[in-house]
Amino acid sequence: MNDAVVKVDRLTKHFAGRPVVEDLSFAVRRGEILGLVGPDGAGKTTTLRILAGVLPADSGAARVADQDVIRDPEAVKSRISYMAQRFGLYEDLTVDENIRFYAELFEVAAAVREQRARELLAACGMTPFQRRLAGQLSGGMKRKLGLVCALIHTPQILLLDEPTTGVDPVSRRELWSILYSLVFQGVTVLISTAYFDEAERCHRLLLLHRGRLLFCGTPAELKGKLPGAVLSLASSEPRRLRAALAGADGVLSAMAMGDALHVVVDDPARRIPELREQLGAAGLGFGDITTMGATVEDVFAYMVSRQEAERGR
Amino acid sequence: MVEPPSILVEELVKRFGSFTAVDRVSFRIAGGEIFGLLGPNGSGKSTIIRMLCGLLTPTAGRASVVGFNVAKEPEEVRRHIGYMSQKFSLYDDLRVIENLEFFAGLYGVKGTLFKERIGWALEMAGLKGSEALLTGELAGGWKQRLALGCAVLHRPRVVFLDEPTAGVDPLSRRRFWELIHQMSADGVTVLVTTHYMDEAEYCNRLALIDAGRIVAGGSPSEIKRTAIRGDLLLVECAPLGRGLELIKRQPGVLDAAVFGAALHVVVTAAERARIELAAALASAGVEASRIEPIAPSLEDAFVALTGGHPGGSERAQ
Repeated sequence: MNDAVVKVDRLTKHFAGRPVVEDLSFAVRRGEILGLVGPDGAGKTTTLRILAGVLPADSGAARVADQDVIRDPEAVKSRISYMAQRFGLYEDLTVDENIRFYAELFEVAAAVREQRARELLAACGMTPFQRRLAGQLSGGMKRKLGLVCALIHTPQILLLDEPTTGVDPVSRRELWSILYSLVFQGVTVLISTAYFDEAERCHRLLLLHRGRLLFCGTPAELKGKLPGAVLSLASSEPRRLRAALAGADGVLSAMAMGDALHVVVDDPARRIPELREQLGAAGLGFGDITTMGATVEDVFAYMVSRQEAERGR
Repeated sequence: MVEPPSILVEELVKRFGSFTAVDRVSFRIAGGEIFGLLGPNGSGKSTIIRMLCGLLTPTAGRASVVGFNVAKEPEEVRRHIGYMSQKFSLYDDLRVIENLEFFAGLYGVKGTLFKERIGWALEMAGLKGSEALLTGELAGGWKQRLALGCAVLHRPRVVFLDEPTAGVDPLSRRRFWELIHQMSADGVTVLVTTHYMDEAEYCNRLALIDAGRIVAGGSPSEIKRTAIRGDLLLVECAPLGRGLELIKRQPGVLDAAVFGAALHVVVTAAERARIELAAALASAGVEASRIEPIAPSLEDAFVALTGGHPGGSERAQ
């Protein structure tokens, strides 16, 4: 990748003798949203902290905005904005005062600051709360204020560590629409999330598990990794359906949902009539069978279970 | 419903001063049902849960849990419920077995039952052999199953789960929900509060709450089918930004937003919009590679039902 603004090569970091990031390599293009996706303990936060120049790596190389963050972690700081999970808001200052504080820290001119603050507050639906103390905001609102503060200067690269944890879907959409508008202006975004459905919003993903890279590519490429297809069988008794299908030919896995059974099959065209027949013979009723797109979580679960099966052998 | 409901909520109201946190909320949950209460931050979810646990007195209306009135018989109510929140329910500096013993004592599990129930919880949580591990050192999925084990040591008939699986790896999450579905098959009623849509999909029935009121209810698929006024289209085009600006101005377009490398567009009628949007994009020199209807997700439904009032998703209290 020639136009990479972030380039990471064989990055490794241990805590207490245990690897938390292991041999990680990737690159990010200008104007791209890269998602670091994985459950707690995957190594997302550690990776972002190394790239932000606040944590040294054990080995490996990392360049961010033309700066070598391993050798000179200070040089990168004026070109990026890093929002940690616990972003430093002053609880006894109001929303407006927090924004002014960060604007001064980043040396943003007063005229620019006013307009930018107005736009950002409006975009995340926070205009009515300007005079409220930060300490009296809900968790979701604090995250949004953190983002406003992090964006009060215009960074080349934005590093966001789980900005949507504990944030409801409406606020989450507001946050993403701000990110997309930044990307149209050429800003590059690295964002971590433990919400697998959120991964679909990123241009490209790093799927991480226990410090290791499982996959790197677009969401569409990732979904192509799941063999077969996911079917949804509408039913008020998904567990009974699953019991009846245990060991059926071509059924790779089955999961009971609230009002449906999700079944992964090798060949939907062939298996749908077979499933109908088998459930009919067992005297079990069910509604529509629909083919669903695999989710990022489906693929993650598949990859990890295959890995564990190989290790178990 | 022939059987009496496990949880009955009728015209429940809670006011804090002049602020109405819960505004005439009613629902009923049958025994063994998995019911999800969804809502944005500050919508009144946790106030309802606290009233159902007998920790807050309702201002008006009534609620009962397994037949006991939450305002008049809070002690009885608490004997029959279990509560689990992934984040707050365990002591990290205690060993696995010590957490279980602590909660067994707290819930008044005594005598021969003490050993029996702790053994059962270890088995259920897949923690046999890990009794001596420090809780703080367990991986997320293990911790969460231990928290569930602790919450159900006293065999409650109703279990409250507060965002139980956020941040947990997918295999552990699937295993957790498998346990919940098993409990529900055994007749335990489960009330889940969350704004995490992946968790909502595991519920039999959902109620969406916004600004203290229930705004929609039904099974996950019913809500997805009915929440969105109009149809949802996926549009792939280049350049994306210009496409978005153009589409926002088209008649028949109710909403348009970027979603990854594509646009999600809500239109009044899919078939007509497909033709019109294709023509509008083409004449402006924006290349559209794909315009097709897609099924709305539960998140789309949630946003359609709770978004769009002033101040964003939250009320200026």
